[in-house]
Amino acid sequence: MIPNIDIIHFIILATILFAIGVSGIFMNRKNLLTILMSIELIFLAININMVAFSTYNQDLIGQIFAIFILVIAGAEAAIGIAILIIYYNQRKEIDITLKPKMQG
Amino acid sequence: MLFSTILFYQFSLFLIISALFVVLSRNTITSAMFLIFAFVNASALFLMIGAEFLAMLLIIVYVGAIAILFLFVVMMLDVDTRREYNIKKYIPILSLISAIFIIQVYIIADKSLEPTKFMENGYYFLSHYKINPAISNTKALGDILYTDFFLQFQISGLILFVAMVGAIVLTLKEGDNFKRVQNISKQIFRKKEDSVEIVKVETGKGLDV
Repeated sequence: MIPNIDIIHFIILATILFAIGVSGIFMNRKNLLTILMSIELIFLAININMVAFSTYNQDLIGQIFAIFILVIAGAEAAIGIAILIIYYNQRKEIDITLKPKMQG
Repeated sequence: MLFSTILFYQFSLFLIISALFVVLSRNTITSAMFLIFAFVNASALFLMIGAEFLAMLLIIVYVGAIAILFLFVVMMLDVDTRREYNIKKYIPILSLISAIFIIQVYIIADKSLEPTKFMENGYYFLSHYKINPAISNTKALGDILYTDFFLQFQISGLILFVAMVGAIVLTLKEGDNFKRVQNISKQIFRKKEDSVEIVKVETGKGLDV
């Protein structure tokens, strides 16, 4: 625990990060790679919340959950980048505002 | 003002600013670099509140693996990284929604999580996994993770395995370099007698293969 810093500081920090991440998804619709980075920022915000509550509750279980969230973030990044590469091979472009190619 | 307080505000400020640069930057490589900077700052924050293992894990997993993966993809795909976005029309509505979201969380959390109330709440006493300052963070996490959370630990390993298989299956293209030549019935009907030969080697003489 840091003296003079309550858990509310961490919650506000994580909320600002989460809001930036969600905004990034909407602002960077032309670049799939930046969308994946925004998703990583959202995962980071959740992790900060978990660890802060773990410390201020003096309970270790939040950090265990943070480790599992890290695992999910890694798997998500791998699958997301694989999908991005297929998309690039189809279109030669990573803009997701284009018209969908799939019919029906 | 205490030094640690100043450090907290500094790391938080750097974290938020670098997150903003990740989102607003027009160059994808700049975004990836600021993503690395954001993760390093978050790791410093984790160190400050006593989650040392997670801080190091963040450096290893995010900075060492995921951010480098992003950089690899930027280099490999050769996408047009510099281009004009029309992000100006999104900024007012997004900042409005974000501000409402943050204020809501602040109001709720400030009412229910006052520091004096927080310790008196039942959570503190209901904890089965209390943090013991005598044991190091890594050892305490390992003590829990490999005993009570062993099933979840294995499932997370399975998730990573499925992600790996999925990524390979998605990106593999059957072409000149790669062909699926696996003959499953041949593999199944393979017997020990046909493939393994047991030879007694005399001492000092060696064996002709």
